[in-house]
Amino acid sequence: MTLTASPPRRGATTAPGPRPPRRPAGRGSLLRGPAPLLIPAGLIVAALTGWPLLQLVIMSFQEFGRAQIFGAEPEFVALDNYARVLADPVFWGVLTRSIAFAGVNVALTMVLGVGIAVMMTKLGRVMTVAVSLSLLLAWAMPPISATTIWGWIFEARSGLANYVLSLIPGVDMIGHSWLYEPLSFFFVATIIVTWMGVPFAAFTTYAALSQVPEEVLEAAALDGASPWQRFRLVTFPFIRGVVLVVLVLQIIWDMRVFTQIYTLQTIGGLRSETNVVGTYIYEVATAGGDQGAAGAISVILVAIMLVISGYYVLATVKEEEL
Amino acid sequence: MSQTRTLVTGDARIRAPRGRRARPSRALLNAAAAIVILASAFPVYWMINSALLPNSAVREQTPHFWPDEFTLSNFAEVITQPSGSIIFLPALAMSIVVTVTAVLVALLFAFFAALALSRFRFRSRKSIIVGILVIQMIPVEALIISTHRVLDGWQLLNSAVGLTAVYVAMVLPFTIWTLRGFVRGVPIELEEAAMIDGCTRMGAFWRVTFPLLGPGFAATGVFCFIQAWNEFIYALVIMTRPETRTLPVWLRAFVQATKETDWAVIMAGSTLCAIPVVIFFLIVQGRMAQGMVAGAVKG
Repeated sequence: MTLTASPPRRGATTAPGPRPPRRPAGRGSLLRGPAPLLIPAGLIVAALTGWPLLQLVIMSFQEFGRAQIFGAEPEFVALDNYARVLADPVFWGVLTRSIAFAGVNVALTMVLGVGIAVMMTKLGRVMTVAVSLSLLLAWAMPPISATTIWGWIFEARSGLANYVLSLIPGVDMIGHSWLYEPLSFFFVATIIVTWMGVPFAAFTTYAALSQVPEEVLEAAALDGASPWQRFRLVTFPFIRGVVLVVLVLQIIWDMRVFTQIYTLQTIGGLRSETNVVGTYIYEVATAGGDQGAAGAISVILVAIMLVISGYYVLATVKEEEL
Repeated sequence: MSQTRTLVTGDARIRAPRGRRARPSRALLNAAAAIVILASAFPVYWMINSALLPNSAVREQTPHFWPDEFTLSNFAEVITQPSGSIIFLPALAMSIVVTVTAVLVALLFAFFAALALSRFRFRSRKSIIVGILVIQMIPVEALIISTHRVLDGWQLLNSAVGLTAVYVAMVLPFTIWTLRGFVRGVPIELEEAAMIDGCTRMGAFWRVTFPLLGPGFAATGVFCFIQAWNEFIYALVIMTRPETRTLPVWLRAFVQATKETDWAVIMAGSTLCAIPVVIFFLIVQGRMAQGMVAGAVKG
């Protein structure tokens, strides 16, 4: 705590003596108000998120293919790109796959994350530290490293998974290629995404759990509440807000998973059968060269994300009112 | 926990059955914890173990569960051998420069913005807060192409400045949001006292609030660091010249170039990519989750 020190050493040249505290803010001159504080962040977000977003929306209404990449004037085509994308069964397949994949991963991550957090509150000191450290390790892995490790564990010939499974009598998995079949490709991808996602969910929930007042739990226990009743009626209401935020973030992150799928496709796996929305946009834009369609898909994805997270935004804004 | 509870009740008839019931569940609990530890840490162990074995050992069908044929040659190879014309050390340097600059700039800008949003009441405050929330929802993947075009127009492709700026913009919404929670945690009376003592408003921010935000900067700094260090797709699209590549792109080129042949070297490369994040994480770990909750949720 160093806040006792440092009275203004430079003297009071700029400060006009004592001021009434709690002066209503925003009434001062522009340079003293919030504006200059917001400008640096505002400018960079406007330039590198806002401006590209606007370009994206414009592009989605234009014919923007290879000719335009090499300098031809893009032509305004109204909703053609959207019509084309929405009529394309490939897009619907990719979208369905993304939603299913995100659904499974979000559910697994939340159940395991909250479960581990609850478990950590009941462990002894040594075990808590050990669990924390190992979760930290998983959390700290760059997605591309994590995907590579798991890709190696599930490698067909010398991978660990096939070796261990083959130890079971009667099972011979050596040489089995996990990434070739879409279903087992996504099984591996689910392991990776969940493995990387659980630590965040667990740590955040654990931190929230540490704020649940012990006395209330003890009182409930004395009144004869079972452990499950105590969790449902006392603990959960305390951590509901945190769990909700984690849930929304997980949905957002898992709907837009890119690196893991893209890297797994690099190691092995058929792009056409394993694309999710993120990798599909990338493929349409780069390999396909159709930036108009990619723009339309992107706008659709942004819209979906906004619908999903709308509740969270509304809830937060409402809380601001207080 | 169970022990404290029996102490509190202090009734012999209740204590005895509780203790008996608690013992098997304690064992069960520790078993579950052991599974979690194994599942979380084993892949990391496996990466390091494989990185320390010669490729001949790694390719055998019977796995080596510990580095019994210990070698550091994989690391030497990673550092010297280019992967698809990308060289390790320049990629490492690029990653460090871009990440560190992005973290510092983002924290500074976010500190300013967090002050504005938590210490001032003004008309557009609420719409800015909504804006910050909404921007977080925009998937990066959707913006790559248009960001590429925008940077192209500004002559910022293949430039560390361009990539750094993109990363700053990418982490700012979450960073502002989190720091705002921490600024709120510093009582405004402290600033007012400093102002009565003759500080300007800005002076009060710098001398009073700023030094008290250590944990907040730690939590948000780690977040920024991880995001920027691990970022893959922007780096892939924006930095196309081999000499401007970052580590994740380098690693992916490595996986692609040495496909199925040299897992030992690839694991060494993965280890080298992960080490900085792990170190950074371990330094500030205690404050991370608390920070997430304090900042992102309570704010």
